[in-house]
Amino acid sequence: MRLLTHNMLSSNIKGVTNGFPLRLEIEKAVEKQVDFNVDFLKNMFVKIEWKALVDASRAMGYVDLPDQTEPSMLDSDEFLKKFHHALLELHLEEGALICPETDRRFPVNKGIPNMLLHEDEV
Amino acid sequence: MSSRIAQIRLVSSHPEVYEPCDDSFALVDALLADRTNLLEHHPKLCMEVGCGSGYVITSLALMLGQNALGVQYLATDINPHSVRVTSETLEAHGVHADLICTDIASGLEKRMARLVDVMVVNPPYVPTPEDEVGRQGIASSWAGGENGRTVIDKILPIADNLLSDKGWLYMVTLTANNPSQICLQMRERGYAARIVVQRSTEEESLHVIKFWRDADIQVEEKETVLMNKTVPARAMEYLLSQYPQASLW
Repeated sequence: MRLLTHNMLSSNIKGVTNGFPLRLEIEKAVEKQVDFNVDFLKNMFVKIEWKALVDASRAMGYVDLPDQTEPSMLDSDEFLKKFHHALLELHLEEGALICPETDRRFPVNKGIPNMLLHEDEV
Repeated sequence: MSSRIAQIRLVSSHPEVYEPCDDSFALVDALLADRTNLLEHHPKLCMEVGCGSGYVITSLALMLGQNALGVQYLATDINPHSVRVTSETLEAHGVHADLICTDIASGLEKRMARLVDVMVVNPPYVPTPEDEVGRQGIASSWAGGENGRTVIDKILPIADNLLSDKGWLYMVTLTANNPSQICLQMRERGYAARIVVQRSTEEESLHVIKFWRDADIQVEEKETVLMNKTVPARAMEYLLSQYPQASLW
């Protein structure tokens, strides 16, 4: 699971109002190279919750993302490369996503999060 | 030369996972037929709901490419075996999609609203008794309840929420699902529709429908809603002008 997907996931448990972002529990993380594409990054930038991305990337061991951003950074190749790396190249292979409100664990195995709910959570 | 779509010999399998069949091939054929349009559309996020063996999402990733366009792919399935099998199929073809085991798009709906540019769905469309819907395992790939519409009718409003302004939805349906009614319901949400591929056997027909948001339809539908709620003065005048002899009181 890449941090792009993590940035799109929130806790789907019934009644939860503050389900984003899910906390990361990391057992195994890997890096996989992805081709750099400026258009995609500029497009996604406005939709990404930046703090969630920064916190998640730091949890994964990548500390180069700036805490705050401003639009002019999108003109900087250096910034875009860091954004690209954090968003698309860091993978959580084994671990879990934790609901920030209920602490419920959603396991991640072989890079795939399991968001299936039990009967009483729907 | 790399293949434009997934190769059957490289598609992974599992007893509880739906193997590529006529409906999968029809959907991929529809996408192939629309490939030029899809490329010119410059989608950023493409998503499959119900990825099964991974045949369709893999084919989509191969035909649109992963590099030049910078497209990212996402796929979901309610069956944990399916997402694992899809992962193997993707890897065997050297393409990547992020996978989530979930019910349709549960967990994604808040953050991904209006973000998906292309959505593809080969839903469980077979008419079955209602209690067969939502069962674990391979039955979840075909059991569609009454008229095969139970899961389709769940998917459509979710698709409407996730699709971007320029979003396209490709969905497989049977004649038994009443595709005209589906198109009508989607029209009420502001979508135009077109049958992209049709395959017929003696018993049934498969239709792959493409939906897209249409500004004119959206305006039309808004006006219709207005008309139904109150009858504005000008509408009354129009009605009366059609029937000069009539009196409503």
